[in-house]
Amino acid sequence: MTILPVLPVVIPLTVAAVSLLAWRWRALQRWLGLAGTMALFGTVLWLFAVVWRDGVQVTQLGNWPAPFGITFVADLFSAIMLLLAGLMGVVVVLYSLASISPAHEAFGYYPLLQILLAGVCGAFLTGDIFNLYVWFEVMLIASFVLLALGGERPQLEGAVKYVTLNLISSTFFLTAVGILYGITGTLNLADLSRVLSSEPQPDLTLTVAMLFLVAFGIKAAVFPLFFWLPAAYHTPPVAVTALFSGLLTKVGVYASMRVFTLLFMPQGNSIRLLLLLIAGLTMVTGVLGAVAQNEFRRLLSFHIVSQIGYLLMGLGLFTPPALTGAIFFMAHVIVAKAALFLVSGITYRLTGTYELKKLGGLSHTYPGLALLFLLPAFSLAGIPPLSGFWAKLILIRAGLGAEHYVIVATALAVSILTLFSMTKIWTEVFWKEYPEQGPSPASSVPLWSVPVRLALFFPTAVLAACSVMMGLAVEPCLAVAQRAAEQLLHPAAYVQAVLGRLP
Amino acid sequence: MATLLAFVIGGLYAAGLYLMMRRNLVKLILGLVLLSNGANLLLFTMAGLTPAQPPLIPPGASRLSTSAADPLPQALILTAIVIGFGIIAFLLVLVHRTVHAVGTDDLDAVRTTDT
Repeated sequence: MTILPVLPVVIPLTVAAVSLLAWRWRALQRWLGLAGTMALFGTVLWLFAVVWRDGVQVTQLGNWPAPFGITFVADLFSAIMLLLAGLMGVVVVLYSLASISPAHEAFGYYPLLQILLAGVCGAFLTGDIFNLYVWFEVMLIASFVLLALGGERPQLEGAVKYVTLNLISSTFFLTAVGILYGITGTLNLADLSRVLSSEPQPDLTLTVAMLFLVAFGIKAAVFPLFFWLPAAYHTPPVAVTALFSGLLTKVGVYASMRVFTLLFMPQGNSIRLLLLLIAGLTMVTGVLGAVAQNEFRRLLSFHIVSQIGYLLMGLGLFTPPALTGAIFFMAHVIVAKAALFLVSGITYRLTGTYELKKLGGLSHTYPGLALLFLLPAFSLAGIPPLSGFWAKLILIRAGLGAEHYVIVATALAVSILTLFSMTKIWTEVFWKEYPEQGPSPASSVPLWSVPVRLALFFPTAVLAACSVMMGLAVEPCLAVAQRAAEQLLHPAAYVQAVLGRLP
Repeated sequence: MATLLAFVIGGLYAAGLYLMMRRNLVKLILGLVLLSNGANLLLFTMAGLTPAQPPLIPPGASRLSTSAADPLPQALILTAIVIGFGIIAFLLVLVHRTVHAVGTDDLDAVRTTDT
C-alpha cells in the first residue's frame, strides 16, 4: 500500500487540527497555514512526478480490496488538478497574510482554508462515488463559513443563496448515488465503469446521468443553474473569492469529467449533444452578463461562468484533442482568473472601490499593477502567445475536427466579447483619467511596508508568470494534458489499476 | 412496501421543494430538511428491502446467507444524516443572522446582491 495518494488530504487536515489547537495564537496560525500549503504543494509536485513516471497510483484504505473498501486514485488528470489546488493554496495564503483582517483571523480563517483544501484534494483523489459526496460536503461546509465570515449583510444574502442551491445539488447527487447503487450494487468508480459497460440499462442509466449532470452543473455553475455564483462570489474578502473561483466550480467540472468519462460517455451521443448545448449557452449568458456589469468583481464573476462553458465544450466533443484542450484550458483559467481577482483586490486597497466608474488612471500611477492585470486579462481573452490563446485554439480545432461548427462559432464570438469586457476594465480602471470627485490615488499613495507589498504583489505576479509560462512552454504542457486526456478516454488503465485485473 | 415508500419519498421531495419556493427563510430550512430526508429514504429503498434477515453470520457458519439484508446503505445513510445535521445546524445560524441583518424573513428582501 502506497501512502502518497492520501497525503494531499492528510496534510491540510493535520494542519487544520493543529491550527485549531492554536486558536489564540494568530501569528502561529498564519505561519502554520503558509507552511501547510507549502508542504501540500511539495507533496502534490512529488505525486505528479510519480504519476507521470509510473502511471496511475492507487491506495486501498485499510487494505480492503477494491470494490469493498474506499479507494484513493491519482491518475494524471487528478495529479494536474491537485497541482493547481496546491499552487492556489500557497498563493492565496500568501495574499491573505496582508489582506485578511484580524477579525477574520480570530474566527478561524486559516484552519477553514486548510479544511477547504482538504475537501478539494479529497474530491480530486477519491475513487468512490459516495466518498466523492462526502468530500464535496467537507469542501462545501468550509466554503459556507468562509463566505459568511464577517457577517456583513451582502455576505449573508449571498451565503443564503449559495448554501441553498448547493444543498439542493447535494440532494440530487445523493439521489443519483442511491439509484446507481440500486442498479449496480457497487459504489467504486472503477467497478461501476466495469458493471455499467457490461450490462447496460439505458433508461435508468440515462436518468442517473441527468441527475449527476444537474448536481455537478449547479456546483460548476453552468447555464441555467449558475445564478448563485454572481450573487455570492463578489461578497467575501478577495482572497476567498480568488480561491473559490480557482477551485470550487472547477471541482464540479472535474467531477462531471470524471463521472461522465468513466460511466456514461461510452453510451450516449445524446448526452454529448446536451453537453455541447449547455456549453454554448453557458458561454454566451456568462459573457453577456459580464459585458453588462460595472463592478470589477461582479464582471469577473460572470466570466467564471462563461469560461466553464469552454470546459464543458471539451467534454461534450469527447475526442482526444478536445479533452486535451479542456484540461489545458482548466489549468489556464484557474491561474488567469485567480490572478485577475487578486489584481482587483489590490485595486480596492489602493482606491477603496470596485466600481469601474469611480476608478481610473491607474496605469500612470501603478504601471506594474497594470501589467499584472494586462497579462492574465489578455490571456483570458485569447491573445497569442499567452496560455488562453493555445487553450482556445486547441478546443476550436477539436470542434472543427469533430464538425460541430455551431459550438465553434459560439466559442469564437464569445472570445471577442471576452476581449471586449476585458478592454472595458482596462480603459475604465487603468487608462481613462481619474474621475473628478475625491482625491486621486496618485496624491494619496499608501505607504505600505515592504512585507505587505511583497505579500500582495508576489502571489499575483507568480500567477501572471504561470499564465505567460504556460503560453511560452506550450509544448510540454500540452504533452502532459494529452496524456491525461488519453487516460480519461481509455479508462481501462484506471479500472485495472484499481481492481487489479482487466475489465 | 417499496411502493408505499416510493410515494412517501415522492411526497417528501414535493413538499420539500414546495416549501423552498415559498418566500420565507424558515420554510426554506424546513424544505431542505424534508428534501434531505427524502434522499436518505430513497437511498434506503433503492438498495432493496429485505425484512427479517439481519446481515449476521449464524453460529457455526463461515459466511453470510445470500438472502441477508444489505448493510451498506445504512452506513451510507448514517453518513448522510450526520452531514445533513451539521449543515442544517449551520443553516439555522446563518438564517438567524440574516434575519437580524436584513430585518425580515422575506426572501424577496435578500436580493440586493443579485444583479
